[in-house]
Amino acid sequence: MQPFSTLKGFGVTFRQIFRKPITQEYPEYKRPVYPRFRGRHRLHRHENGLEKCVGCSLCAAACPADCIRVVAAENTADNRVSAGERYARIYEINLSRCIFCGYCELACPFDAITLGNEFELSEYSRDDLVYTKEMLLDAPIKAVPVADPDLYDTPVPAYKTSS
Amino acid sequence: MTGLLLAATEAWWISLIKAFLIINLVMVTFAYLTLAERKVMARMQLRYGPNRAGPKGLLQPIADLLKLLNKESFRPTDAIGVLYIASPFMAAFTALVTFSVIPWGPGWTIFGETVTGYVADIPIALVFMFAIGSLGVYGFIVGGWSSDSKFSLLGSMRTCAQLVSYEVSLALSVLGVVIMAGSLSLTEIVAAQGSEIWYVLPQFVGFLVFFLAGLAETARAPFDLPEAEQELVAGYHTEYGGMRFGLFSMAEYINLITLSALCVTLFLGGWHGPALFWELSGPIWFIVKLFALLFVFIWIRTTLPRLRYDQLMRFGWKVLLPVATINAVVTAVLVVAI
Repeated sequence: MQPFSTLKGFGVTFRQIFRKPITQEYPEYKRPVYPRFRGRHRLHRHENGLEKCVGCSLCAAACPADCIRVVAAENTADNRVSAGERYARIYEINLSRCIFCGYCELACPFDAITLGNEFELSEYSRDDLVYTKEMLLDAPIKAVPVADPDLYDTPVPAYKTSS
Repeated sequence: MTGLLLAATEAWWISLIKAFLIINLVMVTFAYLTLAERKVMARMQLRYGPNRAGPKGLLQPIADLLKLLNKESFRPTDAIGVLYIASPFMAAFTALVTFSVIPWGPGWTIFGETVTGYVADIPIALVFMFAIGSLGVYGFIVGGWSSDSKFSLLGSMRTCAQLVSYEVSLALSVLGVVIMAGSLSLTEIVAAQGSEIWYVLPQFVGFLVFFLAGLAETARAPFDLPEAEQELVAGYHTEYGGMRFGLFSMAEYINLITLSALCVTLFLGGWHGPALFWELSGPIWFIVKLFALLFVFIWIRTTLPRLRYDQLMRFGWKVLLPVATINAVVTAVLVVAI
């Protein structure tokens, strides 16, 4: 019955007023990202403080957006920066070009570069989006909430193991 | 002429102050109606709506106004200059003028001065409102035509066709009330409802037709075909920006407020209601009824999807018009017979 179903529709919209909105108000509430979320890059160090990156430029070669620039230099006895023969004298990532595909992470033979969880990367100037090696090595300024890894990090989907 | 002279029983400066007050009240109502619409629609869709500007988003209309005022007043190269600039003013002006004949209260005596509850009491107030309302349509049509854009032109053609179709039903639906009250003056219609019964009961069919035709007249959902975003970008004001667009938007909302006010005046007893707030109960009842109607308009907008164009035309000509005509004829026969 057309008129009655229309009236029913009015009832539905009216009832909605008294329900709690499902909006997540972003700057105040940050939804936790997935553990494997691909955000801003990070460079890592060994436990003894030496950089993992050996300046091989494989990440730059793998990058489809061509946003990584690596200039390598030799390690010397009085200036030892990385664990290998050479180190990255310049390591820059232009985040205004980066597409966060994670190929650099895959290409790296020493797990020196990984993609972190930070996604709030806005700047007022394009130049500020070029991240240098020091910025990438430092801990991120803003902490990003990450969801419980146990919830998502299942190599075998839950529906296959349950039966 | 005698009517005009009789109405002018109060000092001229009181009328001036009242006109100033009412125009500003209508403007504030318009500003907060936009906020209320966004808020109510948001809550019906489980959202919060604007809540950043000021506490609970209460300064949002002011922020919007400042934004519109700061925008560049551009115009398309091939636009017809004078008409392009004049039509938003035309639309806004006619929208505001119609409010002058709506009675707000019974009239008071303040410090020995007579203060009537309206700005102007014209014996043919109802005809005046429809006439000015039809003039306002020129603003929309000319604005769309002069801005030299196919979307604007299509939008204003739709506006034109829709307003012409529904204006007939709107005027006919009011006839029943006019016959029952025996007057075209809004103050007398309200007075008749105070002494008898609110016309929404004996004229329920007329009320429904008036309400639906009014929805179409103000181009509100589900009759918002003149500005169907999915097909026409925005309709007749596609090429307008800044405060010129603001004036068009203001004209639309004030037309909506005027229509609700007219509906309250004709069918819902105007300012009549149980005396609660001493002398102020008239305006307060009027405003309460006005806002209830505006809420229904917003409610309809969130609930019903837009009609197809042929459905709109069929509904206007084949349903509303016959119903309004039969209602007017039956009312006339019954009033004569009783």
